Amino acid sequence: MTTNTLAVPDLSLVVLIGSSGSGKSTFARRHFLPTQVVSSDACRGMVSDDENDQSASGDAFDLLHYITAKRLAAGRLTVVDATNVRSESRKALVRIAREHDVLPVAIVLDVPEDVCAGRNAARPDRAGMPAHVVPRQQRELRRSLRSLEREGFRKVHVLRGTEAVEAARITTEKRYNDLRHLTGPFDVVGDVHGCRSELETLLGRLGYTVERDGDGRAVGARHPAGRTAVFVGDLVDRGPDSPGVLRLVMGMVEAGTALCVPGNHENKFARHLRGRSVRPTHGLAETIEQFGRESGEFTERVRAFLDGLVSHYVLDGGALVVCHAGLPEKYHGRTSGRVRSFALYGDTTGETDEYGLPVRYPWAEEYRGGAAVVYGHTPTPVASWVNNTICLDTGCVFGGKLTALRWPERETVEVAAERVWYEPVRPLVPDAPGGTDGRPLDLRDVVGRRTVETRYAGRIAVREENAAAALEVMSRFAVDPRMLPYLPPTMAPCPTSRLDGWLEHPAEVFAAHLADGVRQVVCEEKHMGSRAVVLVCRDEKAARGAFDAPGGTTGTVYTRTGRPFFDDPAACEALLERVRAAVGGAGLWEELDTDWLLLDAELMPWSLKASGLLRTQYAAVGAASGAAFPGALAALEAAKARGADVGGLLEAQRRRAADARAFTDAYRRYCWETDGTEGARLAPFQVLAARGRSLAGLPHDEQLAVVDRMVEHDRTGLLAPTRRLVVDTGDEASVAEGVRWWTELTEAGGEGMVVKPLRPVPGGRVQPGIKCRGREYLRIVYGPEYTRPENLARLRSRSLGHKRSLALREYALGLEALERFAAGEPLWRVHEAVFAVLALESEPVDPRL
Amino acid sequence: MILALVFLTISTTATDAGAPATDLGFLLHKHPDKVQAFSTSHGRAHVFYPEATPERCTAALLLEVDPVALVRRGKGRGRGGAPDSALAQYVNDRPYAASSLFAVAIAAVFSTAMHGRCNAMPERAAAPLPLRIEIPALSARGGAGLVRALLEPLGWQVEAEPVALDEQFPQWGDSRYVSLVLTGEQRLSDALRHLYVLLPVLDDAKHYWVAPDEVDKLLRSGSGWLEAHPERDLITRRYLARRRALTRQAHQRLELARLAEADDTEPETLDNAVPDDNAAPDADTSPDAGTSPDADAPSDGTAPDGRPATLAEQRRAAVLEALRAAGARRVLDLGCGEGRLVSELLKDPRFTEVVGMDVSARALSYAARNLRLDRMTERQASRVRLLQGSLAYTDERLAGYDAAVLSEVVEHVDPPRLPALAHSVFGAARPHTVVVTTPNREYNVRWESLPAGRVRHHDHRFEWTRGEFRDWAERTAAQYGYTVAFGPVGPDDPEVGPPTQLAAFTRGAPAPAVTTDRTERTDRTERTDRTERTDRTDRTEKNEEAAA
Repeated sequence: MTTNTLAVPDLSLVVLIGSSGSGKSTFARRHFLPTQVVSSDACRGMVSDDENDQSASGDAFDLLHYITAKRLAAGRLTVVDATNVRSESRKALVRIAREHDVLPVAIVLDVPEDVCAGRNAARPDRAGMPAHVVPRQQRELRRSLRSLEREGFRKVHVLRGTEAVEAARITTEKRYNDLRHLTGPFDVVGDVHGCRSELETLLGRLGYTVERDGDGRAVGARHPAGRTAVFVGDLVDRGPDSPGVLRLVMGMVEAGTALCVPGNHENKFARHLRGRSVRPTHGLAETIEQFGRESGEFTERVRAFLDGLVSHYVLDGGALVVCHAGLPEKYHGRTSGRVRSFALYGDTTGETDEYGLPVRYPWAEEYRGGAAVVYGHTPTPVASWVNNTICLDTGCVFGGKLTALRWPERETVEVAAERVWYEPVRPLVPDAPGGTDGRPLDLRDVVGRRTVETRYAGRIAVREENAAAALEVMSRFAVDPRMLPYLPPTMAPCPTSRLDGWLEHPAEVFAAHLADGVRQVVCEEKHMGSRAVVLVCRDEKAARGAFDAPGGTTGTVYTRTGRPFFDDPAACEALLERVRAAVGGAGLWEELDTDWLLLDAELMPWSLKASGLLRTQYAAVGAASGAAFPGALAALEAAKARGADVGGLLEAQRRRAADARAFTDAYRRYCWETDGTEGARLAPFQVLAARGRSLAGLPHDEQLAVVDRMVEHDRTGLLAPTRRLVVDTGDEASVAEGVRWWTELTEAGGEGMVVKPLRPVPGGRVQPGIKCRGREYLRIVYGPEYTRPENLARLRSRSLGHKRSLALREYALGLEALERFAAGEPLWRVHEAVFAVLALESEPVDPRL
Repeated sequence: MILALVFLTISTTATDAGAPATDLGFLLHKHPDKVQAFSTSHGRAHVFYPEATPERCTAALLLEVDPVALVRRGKGRGRGGAPDSALAQYVNDRPYAASSLFAVAIAAVFSTAMHGRCNAMPERAAAPLPLRIEIPALSARGGAGLVRALLEPLGWQVEAEPVALDEQFPQWGDSRYVSLVLTGEQRLSDALRHLYVLLPVLDDAKHYWVAPDEVDKLLRSGSGWLEAHPERDLITRRYLARRRALTRQAHQRLELARLAEADDTEPETLDNAVPDDNAAPDADTSPDAGTSPDADAPSDGTAPDGRPATLAEQRRAAVLEALRAAGARRVLDLGCGEGRLVSELLKDPRFTEVVGMDVSARALSYAARNLRLDRMTERQASRVRLLQGSLAYTDERLAGYDAAVLSEVVEHVDPPRLPALAHSVFGAARPHTVVVTTPNREYNVRWESLPAGRVRHHDHRFEWTRGEFRDWAERTAAQYGYTVAFGPVGPDDPEVGPPTQLAAFTRGAPAPAVTTDRTERTDRTERTDRTERTDRTDRTEKNEEAAA
């Protein structure tokens, strides 16, 4: 008995073929995981409760195909255990394999008819099988054997006889494109197009030592640190020395210092070398002419090299994909004609442009994959990232540059072309494929039930109905998402105080932080205005460069739902101008090495933005109560004078009138007249981000020190300082000092304070801030008469759990958005986190908390 | 309990016939020397008499409303029993201002008097009295003028002083409250019924606190005087608006209300995608109501049937015409609102598939109701689909349609976000035909009701002149490989053009289009190669395998 080893690619659809009783299930069980095997008998059982019910076959195969497709989509090797003796049944499986770009493999169990019949007879459940079934299946099997390859099976293994079946062994083999075990580091090189000299210079700049043969020709290159070059294809055509480029690259590939994927130009040249007729256009003529001076042996070596190129590689544990023209995620690591075709040519929309040429499909805009896709093919002036993809073709042969990407550093290294080697048909397109103007986000990035992965608090779920509300606000009212890198989180109040007459008291705040293990906290004055996030750029150019801001704008000021704070863009610019002067005066542009800043702030007075609510609700209550009480009290007094028993009622109304007046006083403190932004005050209390980094993790005293300097350099009276006090929550005297500070602050009319851990604690467990609001301020929240004992008793039963959880989740999402933005991640990644903050804000939680 | 008051006094004086003023106590069935308390559905009502002499007698009704109870009765309960949304405010004028709640309390406390019954002195109940009624804080949307318009025809002399919102901020102007004094010779029962019916009309509250069956009762109490009232239409209209307000509440999106709350703004600021009849700008008081420039758009209400075709109807007809001319069968209505165009499209069997998309969930729920989606046969229902979506994002569900309509949509998008809209419609969805309508700003001078320089609808982020629209349309067409033709909707004024302008875009440009960064030029040979390649994928692939 000889062992017969059957090779099966590690991602393939293995189709077992054999009559009933040929031992397929046993074979599958022996060689594959139970979960890898999809059996028609099992599917028949699932839909009909009877594995042998032939009338259920239609539904059973629907199910089998469905499971198979799901597994292949997920990239799982799958084995189909069914007779598959008819070509129609195999055709459906080959189609499913193709749809998922995996290779179909056939394993035929060609076992003698009598053996099959004998086994079936021994099984009680198959005892009733008609005698003609197995002979018919055997006939069909025989007919099939010749045509399996033609049907599309990439490998066909035929096991003849029970011994061969017994002796068979399965080995899985890696796909050619799977180089995940190679971790580099890599230097990915863009389209060379025969520019040998620039390539040598570039390799030198990357630190490679070029090796030369006796004639001084470059035949290899090696990096002392063992880096690997990866060529994205289009080595040949148009340029001055395509053979020289090939000689160098082939030498590196053969020596193991480089990898290379084919470009469409290699493909066409290879067809020429195979003797096919191709039109010598677009620089091929130059290549053919240059090869006329090369030996036949060299040309033969090139032909073999080109024929051996694999369309794309998956590298570095799956984090990096290199190909010539780009590749959507579902094609990564897959093997099919259309994968190769996409990798070499990209996709087109099916339309043609004004020259009658195909319009390129902007696949990169839709790309949402985790792997970076590095490619070439489309000449652009500057290599730039689009959704974690980058095109390295910077048109060297057209007089542009030859560009390489260092991986994992993600830095580009360039060499300018020595001259225009080939006149471009037209100037290089101004941007990466797709362009920046109107490169919108996709609905799939935000709607439906979603989870957002955050670095500090894990996965955060967003419900569908909350995403729907956020979609409405984000689409209709928010500033452009490109200028919206952050939304502020909600903040939980302190645990409810049990002290007589108090709903919120600072003692509870310090105790809560101490319980979280936070000793050093900073109490910050809570300004009573409207939340405003301020994005201020140094100038228009900086705004355009970092945020694609429209002309005439140097930033934006937006509310906590992302709406522009000012209807009038001129008012916004006027405010930004004053902030910019303060930032510049304090020397922060240079010190923070940035040309923009993102600030979290409160814009006062409250009446500036909330005038609608003030009129319809707050001042309205004041007006109505102010009008109603004098008459009512006078009437009660008159009745009392008459001797009517209204004593209790009168007293109650007097108290009530006093409460109403206190309510009016409470809101009036936060209102004053402004003219546009004249008279407005801005109190920044956090510096969120600057170019290339999130500053949200800085200790709050450092942040406030930066803010102080801005305030100090503001000559216009716009900026307001934020008073604060550092408290040790474990020290009684310090806590008492904190309580006293808060009491004075609120008695003087302050809204209250926010108490934050001095050093921010990201991690989704510790509250990033706890607010404690003043007694009078809370009238605006809970109504004029909330302080009366019977009301406090009711209001104390407020549940903080959801608010606290919401505050943690929104905080984590806000930090995530800032980190993603700082890392230069694609817009959709930043927007995903920002959008989630907005969606969570629509969760049902008591808005008075 | 948070309690407060709503307050009124009713005074009378001795009549010439010598009947003492204190008869008021008999007529009200409340003894002048007692202080009485009554439970009503919204709080405790107290009746007492500040004065009661034969010459002059005053009864006072004080209602202590518990706003917390009001809040907890409403929709929008959050977790832990605490009220959740902006609908539920502890800071509420109901405890202080006379409104529909007070009307209900009047009926509860003075029901016998209101029916004109008085066993002790029936002849006095049937006869007019010299009455003086004071309501120091009356909620009156429409102000003192409307108060006079409603009460003077009933024979009252009206003193109505507006109450300032806040005397410290005179620039904020007047509140919606007036201090009211009514004097006149009226039967007591009539006076009470006037208040009972008209307090809710004047209040015209956004959120309605009184149950629907009580509304019907209120209206019935107008019999005898409402029929002949010159403002009868306004009165009934405000009652009907209440019904719609109830519908609005039923469709209220709490998620959106919460976002508004978080942003210190009113829910209507964010949730304004579809008309809110109740909050319509005073259609009642505007002399040319009904000739609104944007009759189909939010806040302007729906034109009643039977008028000549409104501009909205003409617009839909023009859009249908353009779609038919393009031979479209599968059509997207992007920004479908309440589904009026979708409904028109469904009436024509040539449109085999109609998709209505809107970003407003409320609009879609109205559309589903208007289209009666839940009662459609399966076959009819299979022609129509309503989707929530946004043109600020690309959306794969929109690809592959014959035509898309953006009727009165672009002007609701902030200009900096128009390129994204153009990309998602013309670049990503890429239907064969795109029909866009938008107001023509030049025509605004022809709308007499529209102040100069104002846009037609408060949510319009801009309105274009014909030139501006043409410029945008032509640039967009060129960028995305469309051709565009323009047409008028409504009377084409020789000077200022039509009220609405329409552009029909057709994909695939016969004329050379401007090259864009997306239409990158590739060479023809490659294309041939590629075609060939696709035909031979299997072989190529095998070669790859074999060679690798």
